[in-house]
Amino acid sequence: MSLDFKPGAFNDFFRDETFRDDFTYRNSPQNILRFPFPFDRDDYMYSVNMEPHVPGRKGTAFEHIFDVDEHYVSEMIDRAKVLADDPLRCQSLPHMALAGWDLLELLMESKARDYPQWFSVTKDGNRWHWINRPLGIDHRFTFLDESTLPYGPFEYITRQTQGDFSLQDERDNDLWMDAGMVTSQADWSLDFDVGMSFMEWHAPVPLAHEKGVFDRALKFLLKLQHGAPVRRFNWTMTVNPLLDTAPETYPIWGPSKTTLTPENLGAKQHLRVELQSLYRLPRSNAIAFDIRCYLSRFDDLVTVPKWGRRLHRVLRDLPEELATYKGFIRNRDAMVQWLSKHDDGSPTSPGWWPED
Amino acid sequence: MSGGAKLQVRVAEVVKVNDLITRFRFVTRDGSPLPAFSGGAHTVVEMDDHGTRRLNPYSLMSDPENSTGYDISVRRDDAGRGGSLFMHTHVKPGMEMTLSYPVNLFALDSRAKKHLMIAGGIGITPFLAQIAQLTHFGGRFELHYAARNRALGAYMDSLTAAHPDRVHCYFDDEKQTIDLSRIMSMQPIGTHLYVCGPKGMINWVLTTAEGMGWPEPALHYEEFLAPGTGLPFKVELAASKKTVTVGTTQSLLEAMEAAGVDAPYLCRGGACGQCETTVVKCDGTILHRDHWLTPAEHATNTKIMPCVSRFEGTALTIDR
Amino acid sequence: MTLTPVSPTMKSRPVYTTLIPRPASLHLIVADGEGADAVTDMLAKSPDAGNLLADAHIMYCPGPDGIDLSARLEALGAPQFFRAPTIPALLPRLARVLSDARMGIQFYLAGTEGLIGQAERAIMQTGFPFAAIQKEHRGSTVRRVQCVHCKGITENVVTDPFKCSHCGLHLFVRDHYSRRMAAFQGVCIDAEDPGQVPQAVVRFK
Repeated sequence: MSLDFKPGAFNDFFRDETFRDDFTYRNSPQNILRFPFPFDRDDYMYSVNMEPHVPGRKGTAFEHIFDVDEHYVSEMIDRAKVLADDPLRCQSLPHMALAGWDLLELLMESKARDYPQWFSVTKDGNRWHWINRPLGIDHRFTFLDESTLPYGPFEYITRQTQGDFSLQDERDNDLWMDAGMVTSQADWSLDFDVGMSFMEWHAPVPLAHEKGVFDRALKFLLKLQHGAPVRRFNWTMTVNPLLDTAPETYPIWGPSKTTLTPENLGAKQHLRVELQSLYRLPRSNAIAFDIRCYLSRFDDLVTVPKWGRRLHRVLRDLPEELATYKGFIRNRDAMVQWLSKHDDGSPTSPGWWPED
Repeated sequence: MSGGAKLQVRVAEVVKVNDLITRFRFVTRDGSPLPAFSGGAHTVVEMDDHGTRRLNPYSLMSDPENSTGYDISVRRDDAGRGGSLFMHTHVKPGMEMTLSYPVNLFALDSRAKKHLMIAGGIGITPFLAQIAQLTHFGGRFELHYAARNRALGAYMDSLTAAHPDRVHCYFDDEKQTIDLSRIMSMQPIGTHLYVCGPKGMINWVLTTAEGMGWPEPALHYEEFLAPGTGLPFKVELAASKKTVTVGTTQSLLEAMEAAGVDAPYLCRGGACGQCETTVVKCDGTILHRDHWLTPAEHATNTKIMPCVSRFEGTALTIDR
Repeated sequence: MTLTPVSPTMKSRPVYTTLIPRPASLHLIVADGEGADAVTDMLAKSPDAGNLLADAHIMYCPGPDGIDLSARLEALGAPQFFRAPTIPALLPRLARVLSDARMGIQFYLAGTEGLIGQAERAIMQTGFPFAAIQKEHRGSTVRRVQCVHCKGITENVVTDPFKCSHCGLHLFVRDHYSRRMAAFQGVCIDAEDPGQVPQAVVRFK
């Protein structure tokens, strides 16, 4: 049994595109409107901003608990490439095996429930049968028995799910990042950070510690209950639709930040939004953290006038330390200059939905 | 929503285990599987005791992998507030009830090389689920279980039959005591200790451990704190603009709920912090009975845990 | 000589304190360089030093700057005293003692961050909680730094930036620290502008 993908089904929906080299990634017009634009007002500062993660507006990225969109197949192919180049991007400390099974159960059941045309899971006691049609996978395995899967349960299921994942073990009134699948992160190293506590893992983030954001977040998460997941947003900027912006490969993608010009900025500069969701897991009592990444080039964002105006104002007024920490200080002025053409100064309604 | 997600269940079985302890089994009303849980978790059982709404936490003692039902064991407390009496006298097979999703404030440390468990009386219940979990997934454990006498030693027979070399039982009436210092001196590095039972036993175990140099993060305890009884007292709710009078066998949290205030809660036993409330004005003394606030917070009366604590004095106003 | 000041720039830095005696059935003391002074200072303040030493096992190696105070520690007369020439030569002995240690053991680590971090890592692997391991930072501040690109660890880093001793990239030294690696993180300083490497500044001694 292996996990070689045999995609080919549903080609009229799932795109065949690249997140590297020639960067053929594009959002279809319908998908642009699904983009989870993260700014509900004209300025930005860190906050805990957690809300219940319940199924939301139909036709949006919030409709289902785990969103599967037109980029699913290509993202999974890109993930497999990253892992082939660097297996250290997926690690699970030995005591996290049970949490891995909890996550596998959660993802299989959710996907089969919400997208029955693509996924199914049938169970006979611990004998499970999993079908993933978009990736061409049809596996029978024994739940809780690692030797019946080609990878450990955590790696197995996250190789088939969009978004980075980490599993936090709860001990000593703290959360420990003891497993991770991190191939689309915004510039942090799983290999370095695995095993750290909540505060340690977030240590490099400027400003937020002084504001007590992480103290409140940790207190909140320690009370997260099974059956009541939550979500919040984070965002940054990426040049080219590059999912894999790891510190490990920074010498390779770092120079791309210097290639922006006013002419290519609209096509190359991407707003990168992380829809983060958190789930209490039943058997391990661990917390699963899903960091689902959405990319949209500036050209596409400004087709929604409200988003164009708002993004201009947010970037223009953002504190310098934030722009530096988020890695785009070098190009901030160019971005603001470019976006100013799309901001006529009109008042803009609160909230992030595209319609005014 | 306070208390989070709920499970709609039916009582499948009520079994008298001994003179003090009765076991209850819950199954889902619609036949769907119950969620798996981690050993040490409890559920909050909602009761309608002739007009008084009670929510009492009870440890889940059943096998966490068995999705067909949840078992709890309740010790009858005749001097208590009535929750256990309600369970013993009024809960019958077929009755429909509501449970919270399992919540775990007493989990095993997944990195421990060995788990040393000390149980007293009804404190055995979380260990039953934990031992089942360790039996499924591997893990070393050793249990020392003290009860008043053989008749009250619930589940001792099945435990010693299933794990003869790892379960040790002691009876107060026969003057048997746990040789705690010796047992602790022999434990391999990486052992974690867990104690659940009466307050006196917990204090004794923790004090002994500290005196022997065991590190605090390796010590875990769960005390079943009942909200307790006391003199009635009045409280002003600043945010809701209401005044409640807390009855003798009622907690402040229950009084707020009865008044229609949706106050947050989770464990209802003074341990988890979810119900922490700011005190706006305190002319008197708060009788803190929780394990959550710091000694400084207890001393300055700036915060209260309404699920277990009480008040005596002239006036108390809280931000709820 | 007192506690080496460590600026609280980063929440992933370990917490260093002054060593104090605690109840235990075995006191395991591991130190390098000027960490020996932390040990003798602690014993000088302890009302029960004799009993503590009677149940102590001391492991020591000279510091990266050559400071060797082993004679002072050997003279304390603990039942077991071991002098290793270097940290790598000390660690196998520590691993052996840990393999059948019992709970009720107390750990005292003192000296450079490199010695403390590597000893702490070995202790953590037994399942013993790291927060209960006492750590006092004394003497040299040179760092172990892991290159995030090639994963190699460069020992005794003195300047910032520095050249990775494995892959040759020029790295700046972050204060972000990993207990699992027992090292700080080094990241390529000229990734966006290859060849533009700032002047190396002596930051650690």
